[in-house]
Amino acid sequence: MNLTLKIWRQNGSSDKGRMVTYRVEDVSPDMSFLEMLDVLNERLILEGDDPVAFDHDCREGICGMCGMVINGVAHGEQKLTTTCQLHMRHFKDGDVVTIEPWRSAAFPVVKDLVVNRSAFDRIIQAGGFISVPAGSAPEAHSVPVPKADADAAFDAATCIGCGACVAACPNGSASLFTAAKITHLGLLPQGQPERESRARAMVEQMDAEGFGGCTNTGECTAVCPKGIPFDTIAQMNADYLKAASK
Amino acid sequence: MKFRRRDKDTAPVVAGPYRVGEPIRDTKAPEGPIEDRWDKRRFSAKLVNPVNKRKLTVIVVGTGLAGGSAAATLGELGYKVKSFCYQDSPRRAHSIAAQGGINAAKNYRGDGDSVYRLFYDTVKGGDYRARESNVYRLAQVSVNIIDQAVAQGVPFAREYGGLLDTRSFGGTQVSRTFYARGQTGQQLLLGAYQALERQVAAGNVEVHTRHEMLELIVSGGRARGVVVRDMVTGEIETHLADAVVLASGGYGNVFFLSTNAKGCNTTAIWRAHKKGAYFGNPCYTQIHPTCIPQSGDHQSKLTLMSESLRNDGRVWVPKRKGDSRAPGAIPEDERDYYLERIYPAFGNLVPRDIASRAAKNVCDEGRGVGPGGLGVYLDFADAISRLGRDAVEKKYGNLFEMYERITGENPYEVPMRIYPAVHYTMGGLWVDYDLQSTIPGLFVIGEANFSDHGANRLGASALMQGLADGYFVLPTTLGDYLAGAGSFGPVDEGDVTEARKAVQDRIDKLLSVNGNRTADSYHRELGRIMWDYCGMERTEESLRKALERIPELREEFWNNVKVPGDAEGLNQALERAGRVADFFELAELMCIDALHRTESCGGHFRAESQDADGEALRDDENFSYVAAWEWTPDGPVLHKEALDYEYVKMTQRSYK
Repeated sequence: MNLTLKIWRQNGSSDKGRMVTYRVEDVSPDMSFLEMLDVLNERLILEGDDPVAFDHDCREGICGMCGMVINGVAHGEQKLTTTCQLHMRHFKDGDVVTIEPWRSAAFPVVKDLVVNRSAFDRIIQAGGFISVPAGSAPEAHSVPVPKADADAAFDAATCIGCGACVAACPNGSASLFTAAKITHLGLLPQGQPERESRARAMVEQMDAEGFGGCTNTGECTAVCPKGIPFDTIAQMNADYLKAASK
Repeated sequence: MKFRRRDKDTAPVVAGPYRVGEPIRDTKAPEGPIEDRWDKRRFSAKLVNPVNKRKLTVIVVGTGLAGGSAAATLGELGYKVKSFCYQDSPRRAHSIAAQGGINAAKNYRGDGDSVYRLFYDTVKGGDYRARESNVYRLAQVSVNIIDQAVAQGVPFAREYGGLLDTRSFGGTQVSRTFYARGQTGQQLLLGAYQALERQVAAGNVEVHTRHEMLELIVSGGRARGVVVRDMVTGEIETHLADAVVLASGGYGNVFFLSTNAKGCNTTAIWRAHKKGAYFGNPCYTQIHPTCIPQSGDHQSKLTLMSESLRNDGRVWVPKRKGDSRAPGAIPEDERDYYLERIYPAFGNLVPRDIASRAAKNVCDEGRGVGPGGLGVYLDFADAISRLGRDAVEKKYGNLFEMYERITGENPYEVPMRIYPAVHYTMGGLWVDYDLQSTIPGLFVIGEANFSDHGANRLGASALMQGLADGYFVLPTTLGDYLAGAGSFGPVDEGDVTEARKAVQDRIDKLLSVNGNRTADSYHRELGRIMWDYCGMERTEESLRKALERIPELREEFWNNVKVPGDAEGLNQALERAGRVADFFELAELMCIDALHRTESCGGHFRAESQDADGEALRDDENFSYVAAWEWTPDGPVLHKEALDYEYVKMTQRSYK
């Protein structure tokens, strides 16, 4: 199939940026979206143009490095799918595809489709952990964890930190990302001692990074490639309120 | 096509045949009963007092399970740690993609497991080419890893009673693999990442993301720092330290197509190799049996389906050559469940090397399925009728979804198609018992080193090794080295200048060629050579062919590669070209190693060395050693570390 791509090009954070149109031909339906962009970039290099910069690494949907807004939807219209796992069989000949970076004040553009997501690392630094130095752990079976709690913790823990939630949110909120970690650790007995201080510190860091507030629009969970449950945000708010009221 | 005169970069790695140097006599493993050796080493290791730790800087390159856990633990101990990764966050390292699980000798099932059995299985699985002392220590430490991970909040699968669940994995008959659905690597890495970020907040660790190590600084005979490129600004930076730890992963991407992440590369370890670190067993490559087959020439990487699928999936091909019927239309008695037929004791759970080669053999016979006949079925129909669809979905749901997303086929209804793909490299920089390379002060951990897995790694053992090295082994042995830091002296300015110049010269050169082919197209061609001639099956003829082709192609690369743009900012094509240049050199060493080892063992199958049944035939008399290669301008020099087995009885592996 042949496609028309409209891609956001921006040379660094101080550049204004613009959409540039490219044609790609003979796209195989078995290609992944990123492989289609590889083909475009190989051509641009040989033509002496600047290839399109985009982040990617594992190409298995788990590292969280890739991410683009495709036709207005973070990671594209396929549900529960990262950009790297989106395949061209979902497009048809003659389609016009727009490709943009995550747009959020807290994620400045580095170049083209590459953004800086280090704010996420700083939210984790604020409290997204259980303090247990190597070697100090008790025997693993000393604390049984009810299976239902372990499973729910896992569901929250599968967040890959890609930032699609932020890109999709009209407020640019990082609530789903932050809530996923607070919920994961807060559901486990090992996470209880730091539960309130964790929620408080992480929420405050999230605000300090310039992410917007949550107004329950639910766009985040709709685009989340790992299906992080929306009610984790309620859990975060509950833990935060409890901590803040002390 | 005409080429310019050869210079330093295009000169062949081998000027002539390789030379044999002095054997390695001392691996620093303590003597005495094997179960006491690690305790002995821990007690003999010198300590650094807490005040002095704060004055010592350690560089850790890579933030996967090994690097992330090491940087976090060294930070907890009070060292000043500088951590580097090429990704935008330490959480992206490719350990994250490990699916199946992590082994530990907890014996929670009471099924006869023990530290000794895990040790024994690992040495046997590695086809008797691993060092006993190291492997025993790995098995001992495995139980601490599970405790550590659980305490960090890693959400392992649990039973209804609240205790940890385990499953069985290839190459073993006990159920010792702990898992978190099909995302065990992700959950363990996030545990290490969170511990690392906690140390960043505490001010003990500085993480430099989007920084790529391009040179090692050696001064006064010791590793004292690295030269890195800030991939966003293009700036070349120098970072000095009292010790350097490489945790930069494996080099499977030399084959272009592999299950590695796109960015995985050999540059860090190859630069260190050229500065004096020996390279151990470069030819030992693991080809994973259960990957999604290639769909076309555009393929940029291969995706693995967890080996855990072999617990319930049955592998088969049609009995008849060229049978092109749909799988459902082939009656039971016309199917060949070849693993169950050839290996009745282990069936579908034979080790990876054996399962991969068996798949290749049936495809070579013309019985492969799918495009190009390069695939075999992995069928869940029996499991679904035995356990029900829900139970299968609970166990493997995310893997099935992943398969459907990539292939467009529903594995609940039609069998998966799988084919072997390059997955892991057992080879890596040679290290002693302390995980120290032949350059004092340069430690190498995780997949980047050669240790522990011999010629073949068992499933669910990579996570175990990475975390054992990072949380438990390195923090002890590095302390012993750093206790002597008082006598290291200042870093010589000339050594720094020289390393920086080497980096700058290479970048300038890559940008100045301005030829007609992209780095990726060279990488693809190199990968094809390696897969065809140094892949699942190697022969003297194929390897000689590869050794002819690789230098030719490398020369063409240096004279005809086109790298767009400049070095002043983010330039992903420049990053790739630098990595491909190093893969070229490594590829040649891999072929030399594979050529010199005329036996078959583990992941290294020399067609000339097989028994009457076509199984790998070792030659213990001549090859029971680690091949540690030294880089010299005149070609590689082989140093042998003899492998003596005091505990494990060497037998021809049999999984029948």
